[in-house]
Amino acid sequence: MAGTLIDVPKTAKRGEIIRLRALVAHPMETGYRREITGAVIPRLIIHTFTCDYDGEEIFRAELFPAMAANPMIAFTTIATKSGPVTFRWIDDAGAIITEKVMLNVTE
Amino acid sequence: MSSPSSKPCGNPLPKASDGVSRRAVLLTLAGGTAALLAPPIHAEPDDMAKAIHEFTGGISPQKGRIKIDVAPLVENGNSVAIAVIGESPMRAEDHIRTIALFNEKNPQPQVARFHLTPRSGTARVETRIRLATSQHLVAIARMSDGSLWSDEVEVIVTIAACTEE
Repeated sequence: MAGTLIDVPKTAKRGEIIRLRALVAHPMETGYRREITGAVIPRLIIHTFTCDYDGEEIFRAELFPAMAANPMIAFTTIATKSGPVTFRWIDDAGAIITEKVMLNVTE
Repeated sequence: MSSPSSKPCGNPLPKASDGVSRRAVLLTLAGGTAALLAPPIHAEPDDMAKAIHEFTGGISPQKGRIKIDVAPLVENGNSVAIAVIGESPMRAEDHIRTIALFNEKNPQPQVARFHLTPRSGTARVETRIRLATSQHLVAIARMSDGSLWSDEVEVIVTIAACTEE
């Protein structure tokens, strides 16, 4: 299981804009590097990142080899109601990494 | 993360336990020479123009309503902190749908595409990217009304990302 680091406030007021920050451990191998023998190291990157909250997808990113290793993405959303915030990363090998955190929304 | 092959910039090295044969040495030398002679992999500025054309469908974006926030001089191209900030009320009737980020001189012109919704609240996305060399970056925002807005910055890189080893 790949390591993830999620930074989401534990509580927020309804209507408040909160910052969500998600990092996953991944080499993001570009496919342009070579072994010392000259063989190309095959591309293996996370190509899709999504975030679901309160019943729908609130953020999606398509990523390319120009993203740094261990990709970090921070974005914002409006706190609507208490519930899980789900982050999902999908890589070229088809591996899916999922992380869920609970957000408590107060009136 | 201590094995030689996990070094971000180094060639994977043979393990110390491997016996070094004459064949291995020759192969290594041959491979290294081939790597040196291989043409450099860099996107041409034209490639960025093509990628932008593919995203915009040939419509020229207007300047403004999107801003790239990145240090003008970065030491390490392997991890460059960058933010794209859109100017938008982010309401259902008027919001930024997609922000696309392009580079001029990495092997591929695309960096990332971020898809936002009215529930985003703001159009601010932060991330870290690789820059193979000093170059221009372009961000283009597509609004909910279909209009396109852009920003362009130049970044000087002192230590490049190793995109080709």
